[in-house]
Amino acid sequence: MLAKRIIPCLDIKNGRTVKGVNFVDLRDAGDPVELAEIYSAEGADELVFLDISATEERRKTLVNMVRSVAEKINIPFTVGGGISSIEDVEVLLNNGADKVSINSSAVKNPQLINDLAQKFGSQCVVVAIDAKQIDGQWIVHLVGGKVPTELNLFDWAVEVAERGAGEILFTSMDNDGTKNGFANEALAKLSTLINIPIIASGGAGNMRHFVDSFKEGKADAALAASVFHFKEIEIKTLKEELRNNGVEVRI
Amino acid sequence: MKIVIINYGAGNIQSIMFAIERLGFTAVLSNNPEEIQSADKVIFPGVGEASSAMEKLIESGLDRLIPTLKQPVLGICLGMQLMCNSSEEGNTKGLGIFDVDVIKFTSKVKVPQMGWNQIYDLKSDLFKDVSENEFMYLVHSFYAPNCDEAIATTNYDVEYASALQKDNFYGTQFHPEKSGNVGEKILENFLKLNSKE
Repeated sequence: MLAKRIIPCLDIKNGRTVKGVNFVDLRDAGDPVELAEIYSAEGADELVFLDISATEERRKTLVNMVRSVAEKINIPFTVGGGISSIEDVEVLLNNGADKVSINSSAVKNPQLINDLAQKFGSQCVVVAIDAKQIDGQWIVHLVGGKVPTELNLFDWAVEVAERGAGEILFTSMDNDGTKNGFANEALAKLSTLINIPIIASGGAGNMRHFVDSFKEGKADAALAASVFHFKEIEIKTLKEELRNNGVEVRI
Repeated sequence: MKIVIINYGAGNIQSIMFAIERLGFTAVLSNNPEEIQSADKVIFPGVGEASSAMEKLIESGLDRLIPTLKQPVLGICLGMQLMCNSSEEGNTKGLGIFDVDVIKFTSKVKVPQMGWNQIYDLKSDLFKDVSENEFMYLVHSFYAPNCDEAIATTNYDVEYASALQKDNFYGTQFHPEKSGNVGEKILENFLKLNSKE
């Protein structure tokens, strides 16, 4: 059976891992390559690196980091942050990234999803969607959740899937940083609308939250950062807990 | 030992290079027929869309070369699919090494299959010292149905062939270079296969 995936997310700025509470206060949680190795050894199924400095700075640091990670670890990883062209994607894939995640650039230029899927295959195109509820409507936001768009989460997710995305990384800005659990209702609704894998993100605080994201939220994978970085949850223990709750995992 | 990774502009070659280096070997990238023919082991990678990858093989003449190779050849992911008779993806012909037609998963399951799934009914030296039901990393929308040449089976939508072998030709739908330590073991098994067999 296909296992549910546990994905530590490493936010990268200036080559270092950071994780903000609701994307604002940044704290340093270590060297990304070292963390990647640790997570891989602990049983993480995949890693996501989000370069939050990408729009302001040169990309060379990121490419070097991708290469160093690919050299050391033997599990797949996704790279995102400021990716807006075929050329951006090509250099990351050529240096060992397995998938790329696009967010704002997909909203601004939806055709990019089609172009990337056609050139590199859907399997390496992850579309990240940040959304929060405004007057009961899930609205897609940009720039780390600061700028609202006109897009409704569910409509956008359907369009993204139709355009050829291989996976959706859905972050609930309402839940992110709260440690109160994932946005399971919205996640479950997404699963009824689209037929590509969905990664749940935002809100992980304890192991029960992960169980719920899979059972109630029907997610294919769950992503978290600080609970892993600050060792509040050990991946090995988490996977045992998931298995004990009837969730198929790779142990 | 000379390991050549066939370079035809389709695939995440860097990850395979690094995995081979972690195992203490080195590989060269090449699309040169003599260099490929003189290798002890040949790896045929592939990521992307089947019909456009097949076109690239035809343009470079590699479509005729690969089926004639005598040393162990390992096709990975799309590489394995292209070694089959045909693929429903872009309705393309394949290299015809494995006698099976690649088809798409139905919409009863999420497509692509993305993540870790188990391999079982393991046959062949490729899986020497590998236990049944180990998890391997897979990302694919199309698959080779179970057939006589299957040396590993996986269940997603249906039971299908997640690895194939015919004579000196091997193929894995999963990515051994991305499947943790067990994946690396399988890659190592391939690199250690007797090139005389």
